[in-house]
Amino acid sequence: MQFHRPDSLDAALEVLANEPVRLLAGGTDFFPALAGKTTCDPILDLSSIGTLRGISEEAGVWRIGATTTWSDIRDARLPAQFRALQQAAAEVGSLQIQNAGTIAGNICNASPAADGVPPLLALDADVEIAGPKGIRTEPLCDFITGVRRTQLKSDELVTALNIPKQPDGRSCFLKLGARRYLVISIAMVAVNVTTSGDGCVTEISIAVGACSAVARRLRGLEQQLPGTVPGSAELAHIVQAADLSELTPIDDVRASAAYRLDAVRTLITRAVKHAVAGET
Amino acid sequence: MAIADYEPSSCVSLELNGRTIRLDGPPGERLSFALRERAGATDVKVGCDAGDCGACTVLVDGEAVCACTTALGQVDGARVETQAGLVRNSGIAKALANSFQRHQAAQCGICTPGMMVAAVGLLRKKAAPDETDVQDALGGVLCRCTGYRKIIDAVMDCEISDGTPSGGVGVPMARVDGLPKVTGSELFSDDVASADALVLRVVRCPHHRASFTFGDLEAYRLENGLDLILTAADVPGKNCFGVIPGFEDQPMFAEGETRFRNEAVAALVGPGELVNALELAHFPVTFTALPHALTPDEASAVDDLHQERADNVMCRGFVQKGDATAAMETADVVVEGRFSTGFVEHAYIEPEAAFARRVGDRIEVRCCTQAPVMNQEGLAGLLGLSKEDVRVIPTAVGGGFGSKLDLTAQPYVALAAWILRKPVRVTYSRIESITTSTKRHPSEIEMKIGADREGNIVAVEFDGTFNTGAYASWGPTVANRVPIHASGPYLTPNYTARSAGIHTNTTPAGAFRGFGVPQSALAQEPLYDDLANALGIDRLEFRRRNALKNGDPTVTGQVFETGMGIVDCFDALEPTWTRALKEARDFNARGGPVRRGVGIAGGWYGCGNTSMSNPSTIKAGVTASGQIVLHQGAVDIGQGSNTVITQIFATALGAPVQQIELVGPDTDLTPDAGKTSASRQTFITGNAARLAGEALRARILRLANVSAEAELKFADGIISVSDDRDEREIKLATLEPDSAEYVLEVAGTYDPPTKPLDENGQGIPYAVFGTTAQMAELEVDLELGTVKLLKITAAHDVGKAINPLLVEGQVQGGVAQGIGMALMEEFLPGRTENFHDYLMPTIGDVPPIETFILESGDEHGPYGAKGLGEHCLIPTAPAIMNAIKDACGARVAHLPATPDKVLAAIKAVKRA
Repeated sequence: MQFHRPDSLDAALEVLANEPVRLLAGGTDFFPALAGKTTCDPILDLSSIGTLRGISEEAGVWRIGATTTWSDIRDARLPAQFRALQQAAAEVGSLQIQNAGTIAGNICNASPAADGVPPLLALDADVEIAGPKGIRTEPLCDFITGVRRTQLKSDELVTALNIPKQPDGRSCFLKLGARRYLVISIAMVAVNVTTSGDGCVTEISIAVGACSAVARRLRGLEQQLPGTVPGSAELAHIVQAADLSELTPIDDVRASAAYRLDAVRTLITRAVKHAVAGET
Repeated sequence: MAIADYEPSSCVSLELNGRTIRLDGPPGERLSFALRERAGATDVKVGCDAGDCGACTVLVDGEAVCACTTALGQVDGARVETQAGLVRNSGIAKALANSFQRHQAAQCGICTPGMMVAAVGLLRKKAAPDETDVQDALGGVLCRCTGYRKIIDAVMDCEISDGTPSGGVGVPMARVDGLPKVTGSELFSDDVASADALVLRVVRCPHHRASFTFGDLEAYRLENGLDLILTAADVPGKNCFGVIPGFEDQPMFAEGETRFRNEAVAALVGPGELVNALELAHFPVTFTALPHALTPDEASAVDDLHQERADNVMCRGFVQKGDATAAMETADVVVEGRFSTGFVEHAYIEPEAAFARRVGDRIEVRCCTQAPVMNQEGLAGLLGLSKEDVRVIPTAVGGGFGSKLDLTAQPYVALAAWILRKPVRVTYSRIESITTSTKRHPSEIEMKIGADREGNIVAVEFDGTFNTGAYASWGPTVANRVPIHASGPYLTPNYTARSAGIHTNTTPAGAFRGFGVPQSALAQEPLYDDLANALGIDRLEFRRRNALKNGDPTVTGQVFETGMGIVDCFDALEPTWTRALKEARDFNARGGPVRRGVGIAGGWYGCGNTSMSNPSTIKAGVTASGQIVLHQGAVDIGQGSNTVITQIFATALGAPVQQIELVGPDTDLTPDAGKTSASRQTFITGNAARLAGEALRARILRLANVSAEAELKFADGIISVSDDRDEREIKLATLEPDSAEYVLEVAGTYDPPTKPLDENGQGIPYAVFGTTAQMAELEVDLELGTVKLLKITAAHDVGKAINPLLVEGQVQGGVAQGIGMALMEEFLPGRTENFHDYLMPTIGDVPPIETFILESGDEHGPYGAKGLGEHCLIPTAPAIMNAIKDACGARVAHLPATPDKVLAAIKAVKRA
C-alpha cells in the first residue's frame, strides 16, 4: 500500500499527477465508506500540508483552507455573517467528528445531508481547486453536481473555500434531526440576511439541505422577502405560500418528503428571525 | 519536496501513553485496529468502525478523535493517549476513574474508555464544566446501559473522594467489579484471543430468502491460502439450535435455503491478514432470491418457513378470565385502538465476538453471553459432544439486554477450533451484529377496554400479533408472557387476551428487556388515558383506583397477599404529578408553537420463567487460609449481579463484602445460576446466594457451638466467632476438608414456586411481580412535530433495594431505552443496519431522571427483593406517548414517534 503524506501542496499535486489515489484528510467519511475493510489502494493524506489549514482574511474575501476542521471553524473569531457556518460546525456529528472532519472533505463527500453545504451556499462560497493546470475556482452551487458527485477531477484537489465579505450579513443555521448528537439531518436551513434601518429585509440568501440531491438555494423565495420584517406574520405567510419547487425531497427512514417540505417552511421562518435577533 | 512514502508494511512511530513505540502495519489501516492488535491497547474498544459510537475515542495531540476514522499513518509523530494510559499517568483521569466508580457511571463498561477519554479531553480544557459542556464533549460516545445521567454526574463531580460505603444488603456500594472498567483493564469478548489465533469470517446471504449452491470451495480455499471452509456439511452434531424446548429450529449454517437477510451459509478460517483482506463477493456461492415476507400481513402469502408450522404461525398465547364480551356490553364507557411498534435493536456497544480452542478432547469457548450453561448445551448439540466436553467461559459482557442469551458467533469458532485443533477467533462487524442478532418483536395490537361510570375497569379484550422473524428464539416466551401482562397491574375482572407469533423472513425476534410487555403497555396505557379523560377523572387517580392491591386476583387468578406495590408507586408520583400538571397549564397559557404535556403510565413484570422451573445454584467455600470464595455463575452484563449477589451472600453469612473473593462465571468452576434474563438474577440467584450464605453460617455456628447472633471474623486460617457470652476460634487447618479446595464448602439452590397455567391461562406463572409507575414531562413543537423531554420521574417497588445505587442505574438505563423506543428506534431490514441509520438516544436525549425507590417487601425474594431489570422501561414509552397527547391532542399509535409522525398526527387532529 502506498501512503503518501506530503507536507506541501506541490508535492501533493505531483502525487496526484502520477497515479490514481484516494484522498484522505479527516477520515470521517473515508473510513465509514470502506464498511469495515482496509483499502489496498494508494492513499494521499492531506493532513500534513500546513498551508491547507486555517482561516485568513484577504481583500474582500475570507479564505478557509481545505483541511480546516469543523472545530477550527466552530472556535474561530469570525464576523456575524459566519454565524450559520459556526452553528453548522457545532452540529456536525460529534466533537470527535468536528475535531477530525474538514470543510473540504464535507463538500467533496457530496452527501445530500452535508451539514456544511447550506451555510456555505448561503454565503456564496467559491471552491478553490488546484490541479496540473494551476488554480481554478467554481461557485459551490456548481461544484457539487449530484449525490456523491462533484466537478473535481482525479488529478485535482480542493485547496480552499473563498467567501465574499459581507459586513452587514447576519446568518443562522437550523438543523432538524431525530436526536441531539450524531444525527443525519431530516432537513436543514441556512439563511444570511441584511436588514435596513427600519428592520426590513434588504437582501437574503436561503439554502436548504437534505431536501434534494444537492443542497439548494431558494432563489425565488429570496426575491420575495426583501421589504418584510423578520418575525412578522407577513414574512411567515410568504414563506408558507412560497413555491419551493427547487426542492425535491424523498421519503426515507428519517422522514417523509411531505414532512420535509412542511418543516423547511417553518425552519426558514425561524432562521430568518433568529439570524436578525442573534438567537440560536 | 518531502513525501513520506510508506511501503506496505513500514513502521509508524508515535508516542502512546507517554512511551514512544513503532508500529509495523499498513499506514492506511484504522488506528483502532493497529492500537488493539499491534500495540496491545485493548482498552480502545471498537463498536462500529464508522465514527458512529465513539467507543474507540483516543486523544491525538490532546484532541478527542475516533481511532476508527483515523489512519495509522496519520499519527506518525503524534501523541496518542488512551483510557488505560490516562488513568496511569494523569491526575485528572485518576480522579475521573474514582468518580465513575462512586457514581456508577460504568455499568457494562464497554463505552467507558470512550467516555472517560472524551471527558479527560474536556476536563483538561475546563476544570469545572457545566452540563451542556459535558453533553457537547461526550455527545459522540454512545452508551446503552446507564442512561448517561450518572456519567454526567461523574464528570461534573470529578475528584478523588473516599467513595461509596461498602456493605451488605441495603448499602449503596460501588460495583465490586468496577475497577477494571474504569482503568481500562477489563477484558471483553474481543480482547481475549491468543496472538496465534486464526481468524474466522462468516459468509452471509444478501437476500431476505434465497436458495443457494456452492461452487468449488476447495479451489477457493487453496487459492486464498485458507485453513478451512465450513458449511452445513461440516456440522458434526444436529445443525440446529434454539432456546425453548421443542422450538429448536435455527441452523448454524443454512441448508439449501436461507430464511433471512445475512443468514450464515459458510465460514472461512485462516490467518488474520489473509481473511480480513478477503473480498467476500468473490466467494463461490450462487444465490437465487425467493419470494419473502417481512411482516405478518405478508406471511400467509409465502411458503411456510418451517414445515410443522402452518401459515407461518409459530405459536399462540391465551388468557381468559370471566366473560369479557358480555361484560363489555355493560360498560358505561368503552375505548379501543390499534397500536403498533417496529423491530428494536438491542444496540449493545460490544458486537458479538468469540474465541475458541481445543484442549484435548474438550472445546473451550470464551465469549460474551448472558447464558453460559445454555450456550454450553447448544454448542454440545451442534458439535455432537457431551455437555461436559464443552467449557464456556464468559468474558466481560459489553451489554446484552436479552440478545446475548442466544448463540451467535460461538458455534463457528468452536467448530473451527475443534476441527483444526488451533485457536480461532471471530468478531462481528456492527452490520453483522445488527442484521443477525435477535430483536424486540414488532407488534400489532388491537385492544378494547370498558369501564363503569365510577371509573372501575369492567372488561378488557386484547389481540396482539408479533413478528417473530425467521426462527423461534424466545418468541414463544413473548407469546406466553403478553396475555399474562397485557392487563397492566390493574384489577381486571373480565379479560380475554390472545397473542400470536408469526414467522417472517427477518432476523429472529427474541428476548429484549420486557419480552413483549413494553409493547402491550403501549396499547393499554394510552387507552387508560382515554377512559380517564372520557370519565373526567384525573389520569393518575384513575390508575390508582384500578391498581391491584394485596388480596386482588390478577388476570391469571393469582393472588398476592403481600408485596403488591403499585398503589405505592402512584402515591409516590402524586406530588410530582400535581406540580407538573400545574406547570404545564401555566406554560401553555402563554401560547406559542411549543406546548407542554405530562404523561403517566404503570407497569408490571413477573420475575423469572413463566410457569417453568428455573433454578439457580450458588457454591461457596472457605479455604484453609480463611479466604471466603463465592462461585457466582450469574453473568453480570452490566446490571450488577456480581455486586448484588455478593452483598446478599455477605449479609447471609455475616462477613464483610471486601473479604469475599468472586470466582466465575465459568461452566467448569461455577454451578448453573441460570440465564441473566427475565429479571431473575437478584430474585432467584440472590436467593441461592442467601441460602448458601446461611448454610455456611450455620456450619460455622455449629462448629463453634454459639448462638445465631454471633459475629464472624475470617483471618489467617482462623474463623473467630463471638457472641455476648463467648469467643471461639475455629482453626481451619484442623478440620477435615470438605473438598480439595475448601475446608468448608456449601451450596444453595433456589427455584421459584410457580404453577402451570390451565387452558384458560389460569394459574401461578410467577412467584414475584415487580411494579412501577413513571411520569414524563415534555414539550411538543406543534409546527415541527419535535419532542423535547424535560424530565422522567420513575417510581419502582423493588421489594427491598439490595443496592440503591445500582437500582438507580438500572432505572435510568431502562428509561433511556424506553425513550429510544418511543421516539427514534426502528430496525428495518436492509435499511437501518448500522449506528448511522439506526438511531438510539445520545447523551443529549435523556433528560434528568428522578427515581423513587419503594420497598414493599416480598414473600419470596431475598430479604424481600424483587427483580427490576425489565420493569424500568415498560412504562417509559407509554408515559411519553401519553404526554405527547396531553401536549398536542394527537396520539401517535405507531412507534417510533419521529417528528414526521407526530406532525402528521397533529394535522390529523386539526382536520378532524
